[in-house]
Amino acid sequence: MASLVGSRVERKEDKKLLTGRGKYTADVNFIHQTYAYFVRSPHARAEIKKVDISKASKAPGVVAVLTGADIANDKIGGLIAGWRIKSEDGSDMKVPAHPPLANESVNYVGDHVAVVIAESLDEARSAADLVKVDYKILKAVVKTKDAMDSEQIYKDIPKNMCFDWLLGDRAKVKEAFEKADKVIKIDIINNRLIPNAMEPRAANADYNPSTEEITLYTTSQNPHLARIIISAFNGVAPENKLRVIAPDVGGGFGSKIYPYAEEVVCSWAAKKIERPVKWVADRTESFLSDCHGRDHVTHAELAVKNDGTFLGFKNETIANIGAYASVFGTVTPTYLFGPCATGVYKMPAAYTNVKAVYTNTAPVDAYRGAGRPEATYTIETLVEKAARELGMDPAEIRMKNFPTEFPYQQTLVHSVDSGDYNAGLKKVMELGEYESFEKRKKESESRGKLRGIGFCTYFEACGIAPSPVVMMLGCGIGLWESAEVRFNPTGNVTVFTGSHSHGQGHDTTFAQIAADQLGVPIESIEIAHGDTDKGPFGYGTYGSRSLTVGGTAIVKACDKIVAKGKRVAAKMLEVNEDEVDFNNGEFVVAKSNKKKTIGEVAFACYLPGTYGEVKSPLPDGEEPGLKETSFFDPANFSFPAGSHICEVEVDQDTGETKVVKYTAVDDFGTIINPLIVEGQVHGGLAQGIGQALYENCHYDNSGQLITASYMDYTMPRADNFTDFNLGFTCTPATSNPLGTKGCGEAGAIAAPPAVMNAVIDAIGTEISMPATAEKVWTACNKKNKNSEAA
Amino acid sequence: MSKVSLEINGKKISKEIPDHTTLSIFLRDILNLTGTHVGCDTSQCGACVVHVDGKSIKSCTALAVDLDGSKITTIEGLTTNGKMHPMQEAFKKLHGLQCGFCTPGMVMSAIDLLKSKKNPSDTEIRDWLEGNICRCTGYQNIVAAVKEAASKM
Repeated sequence: MASLVGSRVERKEDKKLLTGRGKYTADVNFIHQTYAYFVRSPHARAEIKKVDISKASKAPGVVAVLTGADIANDKIGGLIAGWRIKSEDGSDMKVPAHPPLANESVNYVGDHVAVVIAESLDEARSAADLVKVDYKILKAVVKTKDAMDSEQIYKDIPKNMCFDWLLGDRAKVKEAFEKADKVIKIDIINNRLIPNAMEPRAANADYNPSTEEITLYTTSQNPHLARIIISAFNGVAPENKLRVIAPDVGGGFGSKIYPYAEEVVCSWAAKKIERPVKWVADRTESFLSDCHGRDHVTHAELAVKNDGTFLGFKNETIANIGAYASVFGTVTPTYLFGPCATGVYKMPAAYTNVKAVYTNTAPVDAYRGAGRPEATYTIETLVEKAARELGMDPAEIRMKNFPTEFPYQQTLVHSVDSGDYNAGLKKVMELGEYESFEKRKKESESRGKLRGIGFCTYFEACGIAPSPVVMMLGCGIGLWESAEVRFNPTGNVTVFTGSHSHGQGHDTTFAQIAADQLGVPIESIEIAHGDTDKGPFGYGTYGSRSLTVGGTAIVKACDKIVAKGKRVAAKMLEVNEDEVDFNNGEFVVAKSNKKKTIGEVAFACYLPGTYGEVKSPLPDGEEPGLKETSFFDPANFSFPAGSHICEVEVDQDTGETKVVKYTAVDDFGTIINPLIVEGQVHGGLAQGIGQALYENCHYDNSGQLITASYMDYTMPRADNFTDFNLGFTCTPATSNPLGTKGCGEAGAIAAPPAVMNAVIDAIGTEISMPATAEKVWTACNKKNKNSEAA
Repeated sequence: MSKVSLEINGKKISKEIPDHTTLSIFLRDILNLTGTHVGCDTSQCGACVVHVDGKSIKSCTALAVDLDGSKITTIEGLTTNGKMHPMQEAFKKLHGLQCGFCTPGMVMSAIDLLKSKKNPSDTEIRDWLEGNICRCTGYQNIVAAVKEAASKM
């Protein structure tokens, strides 16, 4: 059987999704279903003086109206921050209480105040209008950079500061800067984004009074994490009485990693009223209450020698984490950001300081790339500016500072196991026809357009993560992954994974791996995930971890299956175990060429004895059955890297900027399925280009979300793009047996600086993201006026 | 309440429904045809696109009673005897979908394009699909799939 790893296998999951047979949470209905509608705060910051539910409770069809007082009475715990960060002075981060239904105050527009549960959604929605909330409106804190100097939101949190975190050595950086020929400085904003998975969040909780068990269907990237949080922290039900199912999930991009208030409330309410409770967000609710991404204000400096050698880097960032500290809200701007802030380069001295601030905006958490796009945007726009100021070629300055020996110990935290950054950059220059850029530029000019080119070379730390390391850094959980490989007696196989697929194609990639490991046809392999009652505990999908961590767990479990299979086959073939080899699904004795297929061995494991034709006694002490579990904890992160070149065209008359040529060369280590990997890169690039040119979350000064619909928030559409040109290099990861590094986030990490460097090159002036037509037009005009005045 | 009679995926259906029932709610909640998805509330995302008398419309913005007497095709109705439509086959072959949520609308929309343009260019495909938002694919493989389907239809 030919190896499937490396093949463009069409996806196993596609047929159901293409024929309308996918089953998403909103498609699930129970008998005696009720419908929940949340009463949300219309104010960014207010005290709740009184919640009057008397009219709403009597409205037609209403089953229950529940408030923050009810949730407090039932001692339901608050939502949690999963990663404890310490400030530079050693003090713990400061975290406000975050009840699933607000009791005393509301802190962003969309904050949950009450829930109305009714026989129909229409009735729930109508009755929600009758819930009267008496608010004392307070002045909202909205702007990231002003948050520390604004009115204090929480009485125990001075300066609205969650933490003031430092990674690196300020003294060493000071020394390095003293030796510099030149210091390059930038002030940048990493614009706030709204993830916008196409499937709005939803939850449907069913309570079984007989077993006292809750079954929660939810739009989660991580059902096991949802279960443990809702059990252990919110205290809704013990873990063994809560089953969480994340069926087909319509995209996540980070926004569905952890449970939100709605899942907690639906589960609690279902148990309380002993009826199933269903909630489906409308798009405006998604905009208001899904966790947002990015939102940094950064000042960064790079110390360089005149020949382009980097000496030191400093990064002072204010990160807006919104109204509450979300599950990964505190690690995203720290350990996912700081260690990658020096980029791929040799950087003798560096530090990153992050002041995380609370504001009266939706909580900010992981969004595709989580911290690494912010880091990469900072260093890559700085490096390109350094090249401009030193009069160097952007490729030359990068190559000058690439490490070439691996493993490479970076200045901050990571020991990068493998890579070849020169190879990637050279390949992208070739594939992207860098040499002939001037010709294309002239051609654009002949049509009255400005053309610019921008580079980005990035690395990221993903495949999260070694549990001992992340727990030492404040993570409240381990980040290993599990797999169970279950041979069924008839020879087909079910593989249970703790990770979750919501577009990534695990049903196919994981089946390719198992098919190769076990020598079983891919059609006979079923990948099961997304149900806490089916497989072992796992940590879900995010941080480009599923394949490197979860895929490896599958390999390890398959190894155990083969090891047991050898023992059983040896007994069946009447030879010693060490005489048995396993190849392509067959246990073979080399000297006699006697063999048993893995299917025959599996069958024997389930029928361990002699019965007519069946002769399959197991070795002494061997248990029947053929099912193995593995929990894999990686020894290191994995480090995908790559080089991207973007070319943009700017229409000076309108300011409209379009990406006209985009070339990406990535090193993801071993690629299991190129078809799927290319798709992941395309999608990441679209989100990255979206951040650079189109998308922006905007709150007004009173904390109202202005961009709360697709009429106002610019989602990239088909006509915004041209085809992307992809290439790959490969230095296998050494931290997992597959050699894989992860590919899900790369595009979103690399594209924003590549695009913005191209825009700056085209218009000749710095500009912030998103480079909308209005902003580009204004910047061009201002520059032209300035040059006229001079 | 009004009575509405429609032919849906070849089957005649009559139901008494509240006047404000949108076609998407009618399909999803009353007929359990959940392949049609709802991704927004401003008629922007296109996940809910179905065919009414052969033309693509956004079913979240049409009242079912207004369509009385129409023939409706949803994503579930594209398959014949278990065989997928060439557009569905092309999406599968070229990885034109990831999470699958926008896919039904995307496929229905793309099929309508090929009714008026047999061999659309990349630009024509991208322009036509402007009303269908996909967050996963970056659209590249969708465009390729539509071209592939055009060559097969």
